[in-house]
Amino acid sequence: MSHPNDPARASVAAQTLPRFSATFDPGTLSEIRRAAATGIYDIRGAGTKRKLPHFDDLLFLGASISRYPLEGYREKCGTDVVLGARFASKPIHLKTPVTIAGMSFGALSAQAKEALGRGASAVGTSTTTGDGGMTPEERGHSQTLVYQYLPSRYGMNPDDLRKADAIEVVIGQGAKPGGGGMLLGQKISPRVAKMRCLPEGIDQRSACRHPDWTGPDDLEIKILELREITDWEKPIYVKVGATRPYYDVALAVKAGADVVVLDGMQGGTAATQEVFIEHVGIPILAAIVPAVQALQDLGMHRKVQLIVSGGIRNGADVAKALALGADAVAIGTAALVALGDNDPCWQDEYEALGTVAGAYDDWHEGRDPAGITTQDPVLAARLDAVQAGRRLANYLSVMTMEAQVIARACGKSHLHNLEPEDLCALTVEAAAMAQVPLAGTGWIPGHGRY
Amino acid sequence: MESVKFDLEQIALRMVNQYLHQEAPAKEGLSVLIESPNGAHAIAAGLDAPIDVVIEGHAGYYAAGMNQQAKVTINGSAGPGVAENMMSGSVHVKGFASNAAGATAQGGLLVIDGDAGLRCAISLKGADVVVGGSVGSFSAFMAQAGNLVVLGDAGEALGDSLYEARIFVRGAVKSLGSDCEQKPMGEEDRTILLDLLARAGHADVDPDSFRLYGSARTLYNFHVDNAGAY
Repeated sequence: MSHPNDPARASVAAQTLPRFSATFDPGTLSEIRRAAATGIYDIRGAGTKRKLPHFDDLLFLGASISRYPLEGYREKCGTDVVLGARFASKPIHLKTPVTIAGMSFGALSAQAKEALGRGASAVGTSTTTGDGGMTPEERGHSQTLVYQYLPSRYGMNPDDLRKADAIEVVIGQGAKPGGGGMLLGQKISPRVAKMRCLPEGIDQRSACRHPDWTGPDDLEIKILELREITDWEKPIYVKVGATRPYYDVALAVKAGADVVVLDGMQGGTAATQEVFIEHVGIPILAAIVPAVQALQDLGMHRKVQLIVSGGIRNGADVAKALALGADAVAIGTAALVALGDNDPCWQDEYEALGTVAGAYDDWHEGRDPAGITTQDPVLAARLDAVQAGRRLANYLSVMTMEAQVIARACGKSHLHNLEPEDLCALTVEAAAMAQVPLAGTGWIPGHGRY
Repeated sequence: MESVKFDLEQIALRMVNQYLHQEAPAKEGLSVLIESPNGAHAIAAGLDAPIDVVIEGHAGYYAAGMNQQAKVTINGSAGPGVAENMMSGSVHVKGFASNAAGATAQGGLLVIDGDAGLRCAISLKGADVVVGGSVGSFSAFMAQAGNLVVLGDAGEALGDSLYEARIFVRGAVKSLGSDCEQKPMGEEDRTILLDLLARAGHADVDPDSFRLYGSARTLYNFHVDNAGAY
């Protein structure tokens, strides 16, 4: 190495290394250039990609001297859940609290919808329709099918309403609370167009508000109508994007919901503006505790079930959501990954689309190499619904078993016996949001202890 | 022909709807009279049988909602969402209708003798709606298919973001919504209008006194130059 006084080295040392701005980072610069070049906001699928306070910021304390664990492979740890017993004469009984979230035929291929039904049914859980209605394949392959009742009412009809096992009135979703939808023309195939009563190839806009009711008092009457039409048999869910969970959950309960579905901002979407996905709504970690508080204040916790979603990936996330007071969870993005979405085996094709496996999110364009978020018959044929359904069933089983492992370690004979007392937080933010103590302390921000 | 009468001051609506859903379908041509509705909600909602139902008085929200096959007559006014998402059959409101009459209806005929409120025929998906009076603002918003006939006036933003539905208006239109424009009335349009006027009890009304509105189809595929219209 040369001496510091060497003129050549001194010349190099005098230079300033290129330094990127934390504010105007390469991604931000790229987006500014893209906006300037196209004049339109970025639309994409999937959920938020920013780092957020999440279940990873919580830990279970486990049993020791003061708590008694259950034997891992010998002692029973129940996983079942009953949804909708508040008013419905035919509530749903699921073997696992991990359900499949609403995703439409249109956003997804028919093969993908069939695979979701197969996988969910194999492990005794439910799947959910989406905007655009119910397909016979989906009904046929789903043992328990929840029928979404959306603002657009695309494909909605009373026959399918009666065929469903439950009805989910969708007010909003975590990726875009307050927003409607847009399915671009590339995905409006003849079948999708017919189901939605639209011309082929046009951009399908989905309304953000229901056409025939406004506000919580109307919602109560709308729920009454749905119950009357289905003779009070079906559980009625109300789904909201996480924004003001305390008030939204309270109003949903007041309106007569059997089940409230709360979707955090990590929840996915088929197609939404990037700015909407990343800047509207709150993380699911911040939403569960206010939602549970609302149920408790109304004396309805465990009577009206709470399903939470948005970034659920494994059994630990399931266990943490349940410990905070949820009755069940829903997965969407993770289920698509289990089917084969973003699989590295399609790396060459992802690169041809200007991305890489693991980062592909242009689900709205209908060019998904994995054949999942597409209506292209050639691409869709790549997905073997039987094999993909099996992968989903495996994944759901693993999540359930992982949750059981944790619950037994905490001494719980049922996943629903998990409680906030079993948790601690790694960060002050997570402690404040989840209202559990910072690890190693008894301090819950806002509770006045040290 | 069998007939049956219910008085909603004497029997719960749940019992009436249960009868209409589960027992009425086996009695073809059944005639049902519902008295004392007193604004109850969801009266005769979810019917799926070729029966006649008469509601003798004013109905609340969602009267005859999601109707299939049945002929429902309301001898009074109807609350919001009358005949919403109707699939087939007919609903006749002898008085006025509140907001969102015929919302998302996919088939059948909704006739309103009086005025209809805001968002009449919103998101219409194939049904026919004939209003003897005027309709409020935002009517036929995002209407996809079917026909809205208005013998009176229309409020603001008529047919906003319209798809392929037809709107016939005889009176004044306060304003048109984005992508809705007046179109020349062709022979096919005129035939449809004549038929609907006759079926709604307005056979004496001159079809040539109406103007036709439809979609300009400029918003069918997003273009940044149209951003101001969204």
